[in-house]
Amino acid sequence: MNRVTVNREMCKECEYCLHFCPKKTILKKSDTVNKKGYYAVEAVDMTDCIACGICATVCPEGAIMVEKDV
Amino acid sequence: MSIVYKRPEVFTDEYMKYCGGCGHGIINKVIGELIEENNWQEKAVFVWPIGCSVYADKYFKVDSICALHGRAPAVATGVKRATPENLVISYQGDGDLVSEGMSEIMHSAIRGEKFTVVFVNNAIYGMTGGQMAPTTLMGQHTTTSPYGRAEEFTGHPVNMAEIIAGIPGCYYSERVTVNTPGNIRKMKAAIKKAFEYQMEGKGLTFVEVVSPCPTGWNMKPVKALEWLSESVISTYPLGVFKDLGKEEK
Ligand SMILES: Cc1ncc(C[n+]2csc(CCOP(=O)(O)OP(=O)(O)O)c2C)c(N)n1
Ligand code: SF4
Ligand code: SF4
Ligand code: SF4
Repeated sequence: MNRVTVNREMCKECEYCLHFCPKKTILKKSDTVNKKGYYAVEAVDMTDCIACGICATVCPEGAIMVEKDV
Repeated sequence: MSIVYKRPEVFTDEYMKYCGGCGHGIINKVIGELIEENNWQEKAVFVWPIGCSVYADKYFKVDSICALHGRAPAVATGVKRATPENLVISYQGDGDLVSEGMSEIMHSAIRGEKFTVVFVNNAIYGMTGGQMAPTTLMGQHTTTSPYGRAEEFTGHPVNMAEIIAGIPGCYYSERVTVNTPGNIRKMKAAIKKAFEYQMEGKGLTFVEVVSPCPTGWNMKPVKALEWLSESVISTYPLGVFKDLGKEEK
């Protein structure tokens, strides 16, 4: 399975990744805040992820790492 | 596992001070990717004047100088002339470049200075609290134009990419934006081209990036991107306004 890792402490909850990800089941905001008070995004279900990298491209913080299962 | 995307190693671990969804973050990240992919880390020298990006010297493991408000092109002129082998990047906001620093950018273009300007146009003064800039749109509400920008008092927005393209010393001028993943890739290609021309010793290379300032615009980030797509781009059309490299081929 492909892997998306979000650096929780870097996320500022802008929601660009949620908005541009072509699948709506992978990324979600967490229920608890990070040290700076943001409900950081996390990858909750990788089943549909196509490792397109769009979430990482749009993230202003560079908080997202995408790895493709080869 | 193969890596599709990883934060460039040229970044430090410093927490970026930009607001959530700020275009500066995306633009900084793309410049970091280009520096890493092209092994420019030893050659790159940033000039950061005043504006929200002034702290960016702490974000990159790359040589940097902070300049007075608007004066980055004067500092970049000195660095580039003294060390022409370096990749000199003058990274300026619209308040910085078009208000306070209009003289410096114009004369750098007139002299045909050989550095690259990355001009981040968010149509507002971000750092000081969302005041009107010369680039503010007609009718746009800011803290100093609460009834909307009015022509009779403040004239029209300034289209810098077109103006700079009209100056003979400019070699390349393009306007890009960050409102979609595709446009972020186009921005990367434009900045890469500008850097390559600079490394070939060409004249002034200028990339204007139309960029969201969710805080100054008083909008949530995704809404700010939508407003940028609907309204800002019609005042600031995207495209190449000058590319002497293409004409020479
Ligand atoms: C000589 C001088 N004049 C004015 C200021 C106040 N000042 C700080 S940032 C700024 C405007 C920044 O706006 P912009 O260049 O658009 O950058 P942004 O913060 O939007 O990225 C101003 C006027 C200053 N620091 N120095
Ligand atoms: S890599 Fe593509 S599909 Fe996977 S989470 Fe990111 S944007 Fe969504
Ligand atoms: S794009 Fe980045 S900063 Fe914005 S919500 Fe997603 S992970 Fe967080
Ligand atoms: S005020 Fe605007 S330009 Fe400055 S960091 Fe915040 S969003 Fe970015």
